[in-house]
Amino acid sequence: MFTYYLKLGLLSIRANPALSSLMVAAVAIGIGACMTIVTVRHVMSDNPIAHKNDVLYHVQVDNWNPADPYQDPDLPPEQMAYIDAKALYDADRAFRQTTSYKTSRIIQPDGDDARPFTLDVRATTADFFPMFDVPFAYGAGWDRASDRNEERVAVLSWELNEQLYGGEDPVGQMLTVNGEPYRIAGVLDEWTPVPKFYDLNNNPYGAPEQLYLPFSLAVANNFNRSGNTSCWKPVEDGGPEAFLASECIWIQMWIELRDASEKQDYMRFLDAYVEEQKLLGRFPRPLNNRLHTPEEWLEYQEVVDDTVGILLSLAVLFLVVCLLNTIGLLLAKVMRRAKDISLRRALGASKSTLFAQYIIEAGMIGAAGGLLGIVMTWLGLRGIEQLFIEYDFIEHLVRMDWSMVLLAVALAVLSALAAALYPTWRACNITPASQLRIQ
Amino acid sequence: MLRMNSVSKVYRTDTVETHALREFSLSVEEGEFVSVTGPSGSGKTTFLNIAGLLEELTDGSYELDGRDISSLNDRERSRVRNEKIGFIFQSFNLIPELDIFDNVDVPLRYRGLKSAERRRRVERCLELVGLASRMKHLPAQLSGGQQQRVAIARALAGEPRFLLADEPTGNLDTHMADSVMELLAEINAGGTTIIMVTHELTLADRAKRNIFVRDGNVSDGYGSDASPELHFASAANA
Repeated sequence: MFTYYLKLGLLSIRANPALSSLMVAAVAIGIGACMTIVTVRHVMSDNPIAHKNDVLYHVQVDNWNPADPYQDPDLPPEQMAYIDAKALYDADRAFRQTTSYKTSRIIQPDGDDARPFTLDVRATTADFFPMFDVPFAYGAGWDRASDRNEERVAVLSWELNEQLYGGEDPVGQMLTVNGEPYRIAGVLDEWTPVPKFYDLNNNPYGAPEQLYLPFSLAVANNFNRSGNTSCWKPVEDGGPEAFLASECIWIQMWIELRDASEKQDYMRFLDAYVEEQKLLGRFPRPLNNRLHTPEEWLEYQEVVDDTVGILLSLAVLFLVVCLLNTIGLLLAKVMRRAKDISLRRALGASKSTLFAQYIIEAGMIGAAGGLLGIVMTWLGLRGIEQLFIEYDFIEHLVRMDWSMVLLAVALAVLSALAAALYPTWRACNITPASQLRIQ
Repeated sequence: MLRMNSVSKVYRTDTVETHALREFSLSVEEGEFVSVTGPSGSGKTTFLNIAGLLEELTDGSYELDGRDISSLNDRERSRVRNEKIGFIFQSFNLIPELDIFDNVDVPLRYRGLKSAERRRRVERCLELVGLASRMKHLPAQLSGGQQQRVAIARALAGEPRFLLADEPTGNLDTHMADSVMELLAEINAGGTTIIMVTHELTLADRAKRNIFVRDGNVSDGYGSDASPELHFASAANA
């Protein structure tokens, strides 16, 4: 019977092209508006490292002002002071661990005519690449020995390699960074985690850095800091060394732990470390160490703005209005077909049979609305892109993926089915005798 | 075969109560061709709707093939309509977007018959009404008489025990009405019970038995000493 109902649905849609088109359009516009916002929210709140969510942890220790918490209610700082980052890294108590910060460097491309340019750089450690499953097109990341030896090694982004070497394999070649030669160890494949979970400072939706250099080298050579730096007390005089010894926070630290017992051990280690530091006169606040999975970290950092939630509510309301409109149109259609419904009842269709027939027809309208809604969503996303064209991160937020396409169609079909429930119920309860006799 | 005993049908609104049938009793045996006549508003169509399970009765009892109809749920009533009853309406009631074949096929779909069996039955019935060559035509491409023949084919396709016809020739000219009546007579001769509501006495006379309905009540036949016209006249004066 299912194919028969599909055939009847098609015939009915063809028999009432204007009414059917209006219903499809109502569903499509509602779905388009809703899915545009849902898609943006989906991208904004996505966890790009979800497959390692149960093994990666962001590390927080509370070295902040005893008189004033870093953030109410009693939250520890989001970043770490160098003195702690180095101590925890050197202790090497996690399966993998990375400390990193954002800096910037000047690149001098090969060739006499090439002009130098500045770009964003991530100063990080060897484990950054395997921990975050960073894909490589050529070569690989550097090893821990390179970190220890403060070697001048570099990993390029796909885009930078395109720009400097036309996409060819440059591994082993030398790259001039701030006048110093760096050996190219590897080139990343295309990699744009959105949000940029490993460093949510400034702009969580910004593009990842284009060049990766060893953290130890960056610290030893006093590379500038382009991210956030916060201090709760003045840095003592004494140059870079004094800053490194200060309580200023500017480093992101992530660790990889393979199971719950490793997590428990690490937490104990972290507590012991802070207790030890307390004895040395640091960490004046109560013990407040935290390990957050990437998903918890994104939520903790409130990556998704409240405005998006309000917009989403409005979009859902708009969808509801469109569905109410669809209910009205479906009712009109049902009333026009009262005679057909009565005839079918006379010929042996039960209420449940008719219900199935009309629900399937509504589902077809929903599916058509969903397909058109995908086009509307695409247009909506392009509209948002044009509206915020001056922000370079916008392109990362307005992309559609298959899950969103499927969700749009599913939502459209479900919406149409919901809208069809009342009209279909009315259809099934038409008294056949009232419609069949025309004197 | 069909037994109605003291059936009442009352239509109620907030302010008005209309008694369409009052203590209506009737028996129709298998193979009969019964015509139902009476003045407008007498309850003929209400009787037919209740007989065809298109409306529920308010009071009384109705047995079809020995089964008490009032106890059936919607699904069971639908099955009885589909398997035992065929309908022929004054306005044909064909589905305009379906071709002739698919129109006749509708009740067979609801019965869940296999495709080959449905095709066999549809073709046989359309052959019976002389429209086998028009299977792919839409209803709008046929004359009124042909459309009514399609409706008859549709009613017969389910091989029903009862054929309920409500003014089957009401929208046809005399020639076409004659041919439809001949067809109904043939069908009845094949053993199908027919109950036909009509206001045309000449057509009613072609049935084997006449029922006269007035004020929601039935009188079996016109009576030995009174012509149908007299019945109508007395009804009109009542």
